[in-house]
Amino acid sequence: MSIAITTQIICFSVLSLVILIGALGVVLLESIVYSAFLLGGVFMSVAGLYLLLNASFVAAAQVLVYVGAVNVLIIFAIMLVNKKEDLKPISDIKSRRIISTSICLTLLSLLIRVDLTNAWSLSSPQNSIGEESTIRIGEHLFSDYLLPFEVASVLLLMAMIGAIVLARRDVMSKDISTGLPVDQELIEKSSEPLLTNKN
Amino acid sequence: MMNLESIPIQAFLIVSSALFCIGIWGLLNSRNAVRVLMSIELMLNAVNINLMTFSSYVDNNLIQGQVFTIFVITVAAAEAAVGLAILLSLYRNRVTVDMESFNLLKW
Repeated sequence: MSIAITTQIICFSVLSLVILIGALGVVLLESIVYSAFLLGGVFMSVAGLYLLLNASFVAAAQVLVYVGAVNVLIIFAIMLVNKKEDLKPISDIKSRRIISTSICLTLLSLLIRVDLTNAWSLSSPQNSIGEESTIRIGEHLFSDYLLPFEVASVLLLMAMIGAIVLARRDVMSKDISTGLPVDQELIEKSSEPLLTNKN
Repeated sequence: MMNLESIPIQAFLIVSSALFCIGIWGLLNSRNAVRVLMSIELMLNAVNINLMTFSSYVDNNLIQGQVFTIFVITVAAAEAAVGLAILLSLYRNRVTVDMESFNLLKW
């Protein structure tokens, strides 16, 4: 990479700070809408890290797929299910918090220990292909990774059909359980849900 | 200050480990089902950073890690679509997104 090392370090520090603080905001903030927008910021910063690692194609794919599709999908889901509700308090929430936090901190310390103590056998930067990585990815996708590539297309088709089947509203003229006519209007009216707890 | 040729690989690995652990914490502690899906996306991104780091530092000629990252992004997109569809259908039946009330399969 042709950028000076000082610039690289500054970019890396800023991007990592944005990633970590944004991720903490995603899991800690009270409002789910703020979380969704912070998640977009985290995705953009991860794309910046990919650029630092000489991977312009994957960075572009990250921006297109994560920020352009997944994040927008999440925001739409929030708009569809965004109802203020008072969550029932859980009795043993405190012990759960303590257990899960200690598990996460233990895992984090183990991972950081492995990161720092292991002697990574790094390859020499001389035979790095650098900015040619897009060409190499194309060669991989159409030679030794051809089968996974085709299977991925089938997976996307299955996911698309599955999402449509799961998320659509019933188009039958009569409700199966009650026998009443189903309203076919675009906006859903409030109705008695079938599976809520009766207690 | 040290004279470095490039950013040490450990820096990238530590960022990715921290992001993964934040994702697990959010997955375990969120009450809102949408936030659980967001935590899963965070964990997938941590794995992607890991793959990209090793592909750039250890395998910088064949870059198989970048190809793997492309596949992970594909699967993550499919997972997000199906997950949110399941969430919408759950919300229609139970009128809540609270993870504690989704106990239909509880023994």
